[in-house]
Amino acid sequence: MAAFNLKINGKVQQVNVDPATPMLWVLRDHLNLVGTKYGCGIAQCGACTIHMGEVAMRSCQLPVSAVGEQAITTIEGLSEKGYHPVQQAWLEHDVAQCGYCQAGQIMNASALLKSNPNPTDAEIETAMNGNICRCATYLRIKAAIKTAAKSTAKS
Amino acid sequence: MTSVNKGINRRDFLKVTALAGGGMLLSFSWLTGCKSTPEVVSNLPKEWFELNSYIKIGDNGLVTLFSPNPEFGQNIKTSLPMLLAEELDVDWKNVVVEQADFSIKRFERQFTGGSTSIQMAWEPLRTAGATARQMLIQAAAQTWQVPASEITTKDGVLHHQKSSKEAGYGEMASQAAKLEVPKEVSLKKAADFKIIGKSKRNVEGFNIVTGKPLFSLDYKHEGMLIAMIVHPPAFGQKIKSVEDSAAKSMPGIKDVFTIKLFDEEFERQAFDITSFNQLAVVVGNTTWEVMQTKKALKVEWENTKESNFVINNFGGGKKTVTVPAGLESTAQHKKLMAEMAEKPGTILRKDGDPAGAFKKAAKVIERTYSAPFLAHNTMEPVNCFAHVTADKAEIYGPIQIPEFVVAGLSTRLGLPKEKIHIRLARMGGGFGQRSYGHHLLEAAIISQKMKAPVKLVYTREDDMTYGIYRPTYMATYKAGLDEKGNLIAYSIKAGGIPEGPLGWAQNRFPAGAVDNYLAEEWVLNSNITMGTFRAPRSNFLGGAEQSFLDEVAELAGKDPIDFRLELFDRAKNKPVGKENNYDPDRYAGVLKLVRDKSDWKQTKKNVHRGVSAYFCHNTYVAEVIDLSMQENKPVVEKVYAAVDCGVVVNPDAAINMGQGGIIDGIGNALYGGMTFQDGVPQKNNFDKYRLIRHSEAPKAIEIHFVKSEENPTGLGEPLFPPIFAALANALYKATGKREYDQPFLQVNEQPV
Repeated sequence: MAAFNLKINGKVQQVNVDPATPMLWVLRDHLNLVGTKYGCGIAQCGACTIHMGEVAMRSCQLPVSAVGEQAITTIEGLSEKGYHPVQQAWLEHDVAQCGYCQAGQIMNASALLKSNPNPTDAEIETAMNGNICRCATYLRIKAAIKTAAKSTAKS
Repeated sequence: MTSVNKGINRRDFLKVTALAGGGMLLSFSWLTGCKSTPEVVSNLPKEWFELNSYIKIGDNGLVTLFSPNPEFGQNIKTSLPMLLAEELDVDWKNVVVEQADFSIKRFERQFTGGSTSIQMAWEPLRTAGATARQMLIQAAAQTWQVPASEITTKDGVLHHQKSSKEAGYGEMASQAAKLEVPKEVSLKKAADFKIIGKSKRNVEGFNIVTGKPLFSLDYKHEGMLIAMIVHPPAFGQKIKSVEDSAAKSMPGIKDVFTIKLFDEEFERQAFDITSFNQLAVVVGNTTWEVMQTKKALKVEWENTKESNFVINNFGGGKKTVTVPAGLESTAQHKKLMAEMAEKPGTILRKDGDPAGAFKKAAKVIERTYSAPFLAHNTMEPVNCFAHVTADKAEIYGPIQIPEFVVAGLSTRLGLPKEKIHIRLARMGGGFGQRSYGHHLLEAAIISQKMKAPVKLVYTREDDMTYGIYRPTYMATYKAGLDEKGNLIAYSIKAGGIPEGPLGWAQNRFPAGAVDNYLAEEWVLNSNITMGTFRAPRSNFLGGAEQSFLDEVAELAGKDPIDFRLELFDRAKNKPVGKENNYDPDRYAGVLKLVRDKSDWKQTKKNVHRGVSAYFCHNTYVAEVIDLSMQENKPVVEKVYAAVDCGVVVNPDAAINMGQGGIIDGIGNALYGGMTFQDGVPQKNNFDKYRLIRHSEAPKAIEIHFVKSEENPTGLGEPLFPPIFAALANALYKATGKREYDQPFLQVNEQPV
């Protein structure tokens, strides 16, 4: 066990856990941030995607000891009231079916748009390929990313 | 429009109802989760009045509608309340939706499966809405002293034109709740629908995109422990011994033990399937600690002997199931299936003289198709919360058919059925796997033993290797054509492990369209468990049959759509037999619609087209795929679908469901499959089990609905089966090679 001071969604939070504990379980079990989902535990499905700095990370493979001073953002902290352009685009396209993977999809998509504000279809497919949607809402996810890119460009 | 997640406890409900004198008082807290519509929260009524199980109206006109069926992504939590709202005649903006807890007494049918939710709710829920509206009209008539027949409603407001009186539903709700429920009400004509047929967004949309705790895996309870199971690595094995001394001393661990689910003599309900009746269990404080301990646990396994149990059939009667001994492998399955395909099967239907007709036929073609076991792979792994105390059980978990788990829980926990309270969690996918409630029972047994609230969590590996798979199937089709290319004889012999696909399908097309027809089935038993999987049985038959008919049409020298339309003409004008379970006009209708929408006869450079049509779960579907080959890999450029499901209740959500079924079908056709070696499932996570990903989805999908006023049928399943064949037929055009065995692409998953 060791104490870690983590910068999560703009707040410093202390946890006392085994240093090998993946951020996924620190968030879900210790900080009650359950929007980040467990899907595979081996970074193959993307349901657990969070941001470290501005980069999308699979939190199931990110030990708490590797985070250090870097700022972590989860779906709960992506925007204050759900007004992030990606979240709004998701609502506009009514993307979700079961909804379980969508937090991970949104976190991955928002990181993509940060680094590439106007991605092509091929760039979206490549960037999003690690995020499985078992309900297969892929076409709506792609459409929503394009809408979010447009609305970000306007604002 | 918003939704509320917190279920209402039945006992609290009764207590509060009594206190409030027929109305219902709820605390402010249960709405605080829905920050999406702060105006709703600030306008929370002081009092609620229940008009029936589905409808409560607040004194300020806010309406709560209960969605009875469990939700796993079909969006019934939106579309079922739309049925209530339509007949109640309220403004959708003033509606709050809540997931009902399990209570058959209150809701009669709480079953999500078989694409039946909308179909089965169509009359009852509209009637519930119309009944409540009638009670509000009656209350206004009494208050205003005017004839009820002169009162009209619009968007939650009652009007009496002659006296210019007007009142919101909220003002009349208290009085309406005291009235007798009218025995008969009239329902709207389709032409008068204001909500049905107009797209409404998912009521949980905001909660989903902001990461709210919607799933039982997200659930927290004071003092809650985490439990995980260790199940045998192979079908045909069981626990011999558990060495737990090291595990018990690991950090955060509370206990390690084994549990047994059902006694051998217990007569199981239809969905009481367990792959492993005995499990090792690790209980501790946090998921990560329990997960590490689970890996450290040393369990010795031994092979099982043959065993039996009695299970009630779905739909009546019961049977004895024999679970054979042995460690099975896919290679052995294939060999045994090929042997069965050579022997006569059980005849399920016979018209005319098939053997004689095949002899006379100018051309005969015979082809055999196969498909592997499939794992459901819901994104949310199996999990369940349970809190069992001396006198009751509180359960919150993902379950499609809660009705069938109650008897098992009651018997195993030693609690009366009425002391078992099940709240229905939103499910992170179901696909048929969540029809089976072993995880509810496991969580409850563990909680009872620990005397603590427990959340049971399966790892992905536990989930993928647990079983309850889509069976593996094989079917041999044979067709005879006369000199003019007319179909004069047709036979299918199909079977599977551990279930055949044909039992409910022998009267499907092309039965009824051919004079000489034979359907035979065989089954091989197995200890690998099977379960319902999106469009059970049809998910194989649709692809196999429609691939075969494509090849028969080619042999007849006919366009594949024209060839099918000729058969539907025959089935309509001179049907063979009386048991044909399809409407040839509606079947032909979707084919004609997809032909027109896809401009079927057009040819595009480097685009290869395949067509397919299938009727299952009461919905007619025809699909066309446009395929190109890029670097020897198939790329689905576009899919056209034509669908006849009667009235389309929530059109955009219906399209979403259809898109999902199509992409899921393409994924399973190309990549899906579970294999076994010595009883061990050979894939245990997404690095090995290939699911379709973003870059492999079709570039575009167009879904067209037949305009219809027929009663609606479901959409969760029907778009799934035919796409396997549309894809196979397009692949044939692209490669010159027919696809007989799924998955079509033998690929090794590359970790992403």
